[in-house]
Amino acid sequence: MGTLTSADLIAALGAVADSMDENRDALCALDGEIGDGDHGVAMALGFNAARDALSGLAGDAPPTAVLNTAAKAFLSGVGASCGPLYATAMMRAAAAVKSRDDLTTDDGPALIAAMAEGIAHRGKASVGDKTMLDVWHPAAEAAATGGWPAAIEAAEAAAEHTKTMQARMGRAARLGERSLGHIDPGAASAVLVIKALASRLG
Amino acid sequence: MKTKKIINDGADAVDEMLDGILLAHGDVLRRAEGSGRAIIARDGPRSGKVGLMIGGGSGHEPTFVGFVGKGLADAAAIGNVFASPPPDPAIESVNEIDGGAGVLFMYGNYAGDVMNFDMAAEMAAMDDIEVRTVLTTDDVASAPRDEIEKRRGVAGNFFIFKAAGAAADEMMTLDEVERVARHANARTYTMGVALSPCSLPQTRTFNFELGPDEMEIGMGIHGEPGIERGPLQSADDITDQIMDRILEEMGAAKGDRVAVLVNSLGSTPLMELYIMNRRVQARLAQAGIETHATWVGNYCTSLEMAGASVTVMHLDDELTRLIDRPCHCAMFRVI
Repeated sequence: MGTLTSADLIAALGAVADSMDENRDALCALDGEIGDGDHGVAMALGFNAARDALSGLAGDAPPTAVLNTAAKAFLSGVGASCGPLYATAMMRAAAAVKSRDDLTTDDGPALIAAMAEGIAHRGKASVGDKTMLDVWHPAAEAAATGGWPAAIEAAEAAAEHTKTMQARMGRAARLGERSLGHIDPGAASAVLVIKALASRLG
Repeated sequence: MKTKKIINDGADAVDEMLDGILLAHGDVLRRAEGSGRAIIARDGPRSGKVGLMIGGGSGHEPTFVGFVGKGLADAAAIGNVFASPPPDPAIESVNEIDGGAGVLFMYGNYAGDVMNFDMAAEMAAMDDIEVRTVLTTDDVASAPRDEIEKRRGVAGNFFIFKAAGAAADEMMTLDEVERVARHANARTYTMGVALSPCSLPQTRTFNFELGPDEMEIGMGIHGEPGIERGPLQSADDITDQIMDRILEEMGAAKGDRVAVLVNSLGSTPLMELYIMNRRVQARLAQAGIETHATWVGNYCTSLEMAGASVTVMHLDDELTRLIDRPCHCAMFRVI
């Protein structure tokens, strides 16, 4: 078990922003198959807004303040659907580590579970609707017993599994059966978020 | 191939449009303090009056910003093209339209809008401003009647916002304005037909495909699938399919009165809208229903989509009074 500071958490969210920048066009292409083709843009916009806001945060800010600051910046930067979903996810994570001065590498399951709960609460999707929840939910379950490595493994398999699902939420729902065979872009970006967080917090 | 648009950088389209709107209609509209994306009615908000906030994605002009003004909405929160605004514009303007009697949020029933406006409402509640929400669900083609909560809000917004705005202007309480808004929504029926797709300024590529000889009845204002896709039909046949569905849902009795809106989705010209209106009125007359008022033109568009929608509001005495009440907006007036 290693100790993690707020600086590590800020670095982890920065790693997510890097990953979104790198995968922006690939995520847009995935979204173009069943959505309006802007998911990579929105995710990159959101996590870059979070990174910018965190660069102005006081050095002794506790982890809960880091996550709340990131949440608010993401929300203001994006709107659309992923804004409220990731903002709520990070606010729930902030609440989960409230009054803590630092974190440990064992906090992964609690953070992932809080983010999954936030996304489920805000989006009101059910498992199987072909959304980002189809990655966050199994990742949280796997993390509870296997930590970050199990979460990544479950997330990757779950994203692939969204190919077999028919979209029932969001803009892709209009495609009905035509959404089959495509990975949900929100599920694909969720895998990237979890991997980037794990790279600094695991 | 990219579609042709008169824009500068596509990413600036919404902000440059708002600049232009404020330059044209500065007598009626202003920006909320500290927000680029919240537009407020200069003469709307006042002490003791329920504030009415509408909003949603851009690309549907004159919905939403065109319906801000005295007697209608007090503010609009404006998002990117076809994307919900974040909570910020609503949060930044809710204080300015709260006259101490609470604020009603009204917008179309879309997942992104619901999440963002709900977050704004939660934050306003922390500032002790009472916010209620009424979602519009007038698109009869978007879900069956037994799943009415899944229906989307489209051009019928025009009548529903008008009724609620007039109720607030009459100084009704928040409870009453909410009741009127729900009542207006329940009595407003819209169905559309799409002839060609539209393209977003950021991508300039069509957002769905529709063959050169095809039309789709019941398609939504962002290209959501409709009821039936098939070869292009005559104006009377298209209008009959729309009116069959609306009349069946409405269940009006002989002698009942309605208000009618024949709306262009963007590029369909007035000529075609008036041809449709001729048939709409014939069908209403045939059913013994009296038309109290008719509007024809661009009221809820989908960028440059070709096509049209028909909205019928089933009036009663209260709704008739509210629809007739004067209002003065940037892009719509009742004198």
